[in-house]
Amino acid sequence: MAVKRPKLAVWKFSSCDGCQLSLLDCEDELLAVAEAVEIAYFLEATRAEVRGPYDISLVEGSISTPHDAERIHKVRRKSKSLITIGACATAGGIQALRNFHDVNDFVRAVYAHPEYISTLAKSTPIQDHVQVDFELHGCPIDKFQLLEVLNAFLNGRKPNIPRHSQCVECKLAGTVCVMVARGEPCLGPVTQAGCGNLCPSNDRPCYGCFGPKEMPNTGSLADWSARRLGQDARQVRHLFRAFTAYAEPFRKESEAHE
Amino acid sequence: MSKATGTRTIKVDALARVEGEGALHVRVKGGRITDLKFRIYEPPRFFEALLRGRMFGDAPDITARICGICPLAYMMGASQAMEDALGVEVTGPLRDLRRIAYCGEWIESHVLHAAMLHAPDFLGLDDALLIARENPALVEKALQLKKLGNDILDVIGGRAVHPVNLKVGGFYKAPDRQRLTALRDRLDWAMGASEDLARAFAGFDFPALEVDYACVSLRHPDEYAICEGRIVSNRGDDLALEDFLDHYHEEHVAHSNALHGVGPEGRYLVGPLARYNNNFGQLSDRAKALAADCGLGPMVINPFKSILVRMVETLYACEEAARLIDAHERPVEPAVRVTPGPGTGHGCTEAPRGICFHRYTLDDEGRIVQAVIVPPTAQNQKQIEDDLRRVVEANLDLDTEALTWRCEQTIRNYDPCISCATHFLKLSVERE
Repeated sequence: MAVKRPKLAVWKFSSCDGCQLSLLDCEDELLAVAEAVEIAYFLEATRAEVRGPYDISLVEGSISTPHDAERIHKVRRKSKSLITIGACATAGGIQALRNFHDVNDFVRAVYAHPEYISTLAKSTPIQDHVQVDFELHGCPIDKFQLLEVLNAFLNGRKPNIPRHSQCVECKLAGTVCVMVARGEPCLGPVTQAGCGNLCPSNDRPCYGCFGPKEMPNTGSLADWSARRLGQDARQVRHLFRAFTAYAEPFRKESEAHE
Repeated sequence: MSKATGTRTIKVDALARVEGEGALHVRVKGGRITDLKFRIYEPPRFFEALLRGRMFGDAPDITARICGICPLAYMMGASQAMEDALGVEVTGPLRDLRRIAYCGEWIESHVLHAAMLHAPDFLGLDDALLIARENPALVEKALQLKKLGNDILDVIGGRAVHPVNLKVGGFYKAPDRQRLTALRDRLDWAMGASEDLARAFAGFDFPALEVDYACVSLRHPDEYAICEGRIVSNRGDDLALEDFLDHYHEEHVAHSNALHGVGPEGRYLVGPLARYNNNFGQLSDRAKALAADCGLGPMVINPFKSILVRMVETLYACEEAARLIDAHERPVEPAVRVTPGPGTGHGCTEAPRGICFHRYTLDDEGRIVQAVIVPPTAQNQKQIEDDLRRVVEANLDLDTEALTWRCEQTIRNYDPCISCATHFLKLSVERE
């Protein structure tokens, strides 16, 4: 092949593997992707390893151990562009619920031999440790958004990823508002669009797996949930404390209801 | 090999083509193994602790995040445990829809593993993309079959990874009848595709290894067990779910962030081979015929042949999904009504890699005070180490590179989901 293909690497930190699986779930596109880039490091898919540096690194997972806190710097040094994928990498993930507790209590409660366990007090997003070139939200990410981001980086353009709220998706799709029609607290007004309008179109409120939108008015939503929908402080706290609990706007709002 | 000491070390620092982070360390001296560790270093995520204080209805979505490859195993196990605790029964079309969705997960996960992660080992290739260079039609067929599994999850669950439409009591919304029918038409193709892949894989050279496994799986009186049943073994165990933890427990060892499952006689096996060996008689005639075509009898004790059993189960899952869609009637309500309250409940389903067990205790408001989850890969860990010991001992004549690869292949026989295995640990009762 005359033209040298850009090298793609996929890295895993603390996660469920679901976001990197999204790449293998591109059944119709995978073979084309493999032609457009050289898959140089992707442990879930191949035992072959091509040495860095890498043109694009996709990073899944959060930083939650001392070992990983060092490893992410090595990954950054080897990567021209570093893109974080998913709620763990961009917000600390569901495992960041520990950040609101004493992790030692968790370790002692869970493990017979706490001394065997090496963990950090907090599970944190990648951008708390190294510079990140683009963050792709979602728990899990949407595979078409992933293809869009890869395409954009390969062609030196800005990814076309909307930053508006889930509410806009519902309005565009003509989906009946679950909060207005059913009186159920919904994170749609403060959550970034991109999942494909999933939960409201399945008759359930949005649970925020794509994380906060740009400049979300979380205070107003909490107020609505409490005053108009009769949610108590714990219910409001748990509403914001799920898959992207440690993203700053959601963290601050949940802490306001301690 | 060190000539001076006669010591040889086999080391794989980061295993490829598995879900999660694992490593292998073997030391051999004078033709004897002096140390062998299958180490899971995936960071612990403390799921059972995170669940404390959450409402019962949060458990399916939170536990789904344990594993992106088999989220349904966690959603369904958690849902069933909550239904057990709260005295709810899910029957009729809702039960059927759950089984169809689970068939989707089996198809998606089995084909991903068999074709993309496991088959390359038998061909001496690093990955499935290299198979695609030699035989693009085969890989294309596998990808389309896997896609159908994902599409079943998409139609019933809203999306393939971490579905949103399942809940305690059933579904948020009844799936669209037309979209289900559209899947039905593709399932006929899928049955043939499963057979084609199985026959292609049956031509591989299988390393010789036979192990007298203690096979542990679910068993249901009326069907090849997927979503429910009693826990049985070929050693005579026949347990109600609430008795499982009296006979099977987990040990915490220094070299791993996952607990090791221990049964009445120590190591035991869960997963496709265990299911097949325990419940072969309940497979469809077509699945049995495919097994015979691939040279499998009613008992398979060579773990390398698990790739064939996965494809036999894939065929069965396609047939079963087709049968259930044909008979399907739209449920009157998308879910059974559930009233929050106190209780203890158990749930267990056959995740693609083996039984996945849940137990929860709820307080008066229906909040979780205790959670115990026993995932399949943790249960298989002792058995994986035992298989590795046998493989190393029988293959000391191989050079280190070949022996290392053989060891990796041995681990991949289990389709280990290391992300799952890491988080499951006993938890003492504590209220928020």
